[in-house]
Amino acid sequence: MSVDLKIIEAKQIAPPKTSTNAWEWAKKNLFNSWLNTILTFIASAVLFQIIYAVFGWVLTEAQWDVITENYKLFMVGQYPVAQLWRMWAALTTLTLMFGLSAGRFKGTMLRLSGILLIVYLIHLGAPFTSGSTKIWLATQISILALGYLIGHYFVRAKRFTLIGWALSIPLILFFIQGFGILPAIRTNVWNGLMLTLLIAVFAILVSFPIGILLALGRTSHLPVIKYFCIAYIELIRGIPLITIFFMAQVLLPLFLPTGLTIDNVIRVMLGATLFTSAYMAENVRGGLQSIPNGQYEAAKAIGLNPVQTTFFIILPQALRAIIPTIVGQSIAMFKDTSLVAIVGLVDLLGIAQSVKSNPEFLGRHMEVYVFVAFVYWVIAYSMSYSSRRIEKSLGIGER
Amino acid sequence: MAQTQRSIEVGPVTKTDKMIIKCEGINKWYGDMHVLKDVNLSINKGEVLVILGPSGSGKSTFIRTINGLEPIQQGHIEIDGVSLTHDLKDIEAIRKETGMVFQQFNLFPHMTILKNIMLGPIWVKKKPKAEAEKLARELLDRVGIPEQADKYPGQLSGGQQQRVAIARALAMQPEIMLFDEPTSALDPEMIKEVLDVMKELARSGMTMLCVTHEMGFAREVADRIVLFDGGEIVETGTPEQLFDHPQHERTKLFLSQIL
Ligand SMILES: Nc1ncnc2c1ncn2[C@@H]1O[C@H](COP(=O)(O)OP(=O)(O)O)[C@@H](O)[C@H]1O
Ligand SMILES: [Mg+2]
Repeated sequence: MSVDLKIIEAKQIAPPKTSTNAWEWAKKNLFNSWLNTILTFIASAVLFQIIYAVFGWVLTEAQWDVITENYKLFMVGQYPVAQLWRMWAALTTLTLMFGLSAGRFKGTMLRLSGILLIVYLIHLGAPFTSGSTKIWLATQISILALGYLIGHYFVRAKRFTLIGWALSIPLILFFIQGFGILPAIRTNVWNGLMLTLLIAVFAILVSFPIGILLALGRTSHLPVIKYFCIAYIELIRGIPLITIFFMAQVLLPLFLPTGLTIDNVIRVMLGATLFTSAYMAENVRGGLQSIPNGQYEAAKAIGLNPVQTTFFIILPQALRAIIPTIVGQSIAMFKDTSLVAIVGLVDLLGIAQSVKSNPEFLGRHMEVYVFVAFVYWVIAYSMSYSSRRIEKSLGIGER
Repeated sequence: MAQTQRSIEVGPVTKTDKMIIKCEGINKWYGDMHVLKDVNLSINKGEVLVILGPSGSGKSTFIRTINGLEPIQQGHIEIDGVSLTHDLKDIEAIRKETGMVFQQFNLFPHMTILKNIMLGPIWVKKKPKAEAEKLARELLDRVGIPEQADKYPGQLSGGQQQRVAIARALAMQPEIMLFDEPTSALDPEMIKEVLDVMKELARSGMTMLCVTHEMGFAREVADRIVLFDGGEIVETGTPEQLFDHPQHERTKLFLSQIL
């Protein structure tokens, strides 16, 4: 009571005015000592030189027609033009889901959809995209907006959205692969960015539940399960990814009954998944170890069984704690897909290799690599950006 | 050791005659360390038992054996006619009968207050969601914080969190409530609000086992007090007997240190 009174009686003093003046800020942060002033000048000179050189090259010297002429190759490789509508249909499915989620969940999904919108708009405005491409792009933008409106105004759209994501994956695979209904497309023409994304998304999505099971198995009281999980994790973590890809190419067929062959792309996907699972498992284990014993005891005390305790109490907290690690792992996997070129698949980097050795575009490797690096960066950065956003928005539930 | 008082049925004041907890000859070791030494104790339905004793004397270990959080190596525990064995079925049956409140609250930080309380009724008692929510809101009312239902534990004060923890335990509609130093992690100004809830609970006829250092609470509410030291029960009696006429030297020493 007396504390309250004191607060009321205390004289209200406004906080000291913090200046937002640019010159004052610079004086305080950049020129506050001789050493700092010198460092500021040196750093600006170096920075200016770099920016000047890069922009000078990008805007004047570089000849970007090597990219624009081969744009379709970079994106979907040699996927037959007559069947291209299927790629667009797959993309439309994805766009719709992003729109829906943006409208329903806002926050991170809204920002990711924003990035998607910018990418579409840039391509729509670019002089090199064809008329039919522009129509498809305009469709994407409308679908994105439509999805947003549905997500925003439908009351029960939350469950709807989650089911939608679950259904969209087989639908997208159906468009790309055909499942015997649409004409089959041989996987050796699944190339470019599409292949990169397919392998990465498959490996990340599938390795996630496997990683969780392995991590839980590692803490199991049943010795058979426990030691199997430990052996798997430690074995895989001791082998380079590239070796796993080679083994998937060479060894896997030996174990399969004769007559049964697994497609090259599928083999690589499985290899990447098995590899990432081991790392996911270790990440999840780290999360599990961060949960205080009191949580297990409280769950037991209210009578939850071990399965309920794991799924309602322990895993949600453990996974929350390791979101940055999971996203880091996913980014690493996404970039590591570039290794598939070595076992004969033509991903984004593989296309880059073949484009730069095309005699028509001799000597343009710089442009090609800068472009490829930029594409990798945009996607990887979007991932790490959303991870930071999710962490922040989940902060409210922390202890 | 041989002279240690055995305390089966020593309790002088009982609310009803129906025995609800029976502990016989309980022994427990952590490695080579003998932490519970031949503990015998029976508690009748509706009785409020306060457990006192110096730190490290085995109070927490004992109270946690009752709902099977700590396994025992020797002895027999029976809760409301069900023997506590290694059989998971029995352990689960006993946990449905007993609620527990911890020193560190142990609320689930990723769930709202309401969800924390509804979890047990929905998944263990298989109650319909609406019914579980109604119960949860009633309990929040009872512990005096109905307005916090949709917040997360991290947004509440320690005293409020502990009251939620009590509500969460009560949501299982237990026969017995176990409290392990429920106010020891609280700032002094919040202790009273939690003790008030516990007093109300005691008056309502709940069977309670409380490990606590709150002597005022013990004197006012307890039907019976037991004093633990070195893993064994040193003395048992009503608050008057134990505080005003302690029989045992170790009881006198403990009281002189704490009062
Ligand atoms: N998990 C454990 N492993 C080993 N020793 C323990 C463990 N828990 C408690 N102890 C020991 O058992 C004894 C009794 O502990 P405890 O029941 O927590 O005492 P109290 O609650 O009375 O302070 C102490 O000596 C303590 O160090
Ligand atoms: Mg203790």
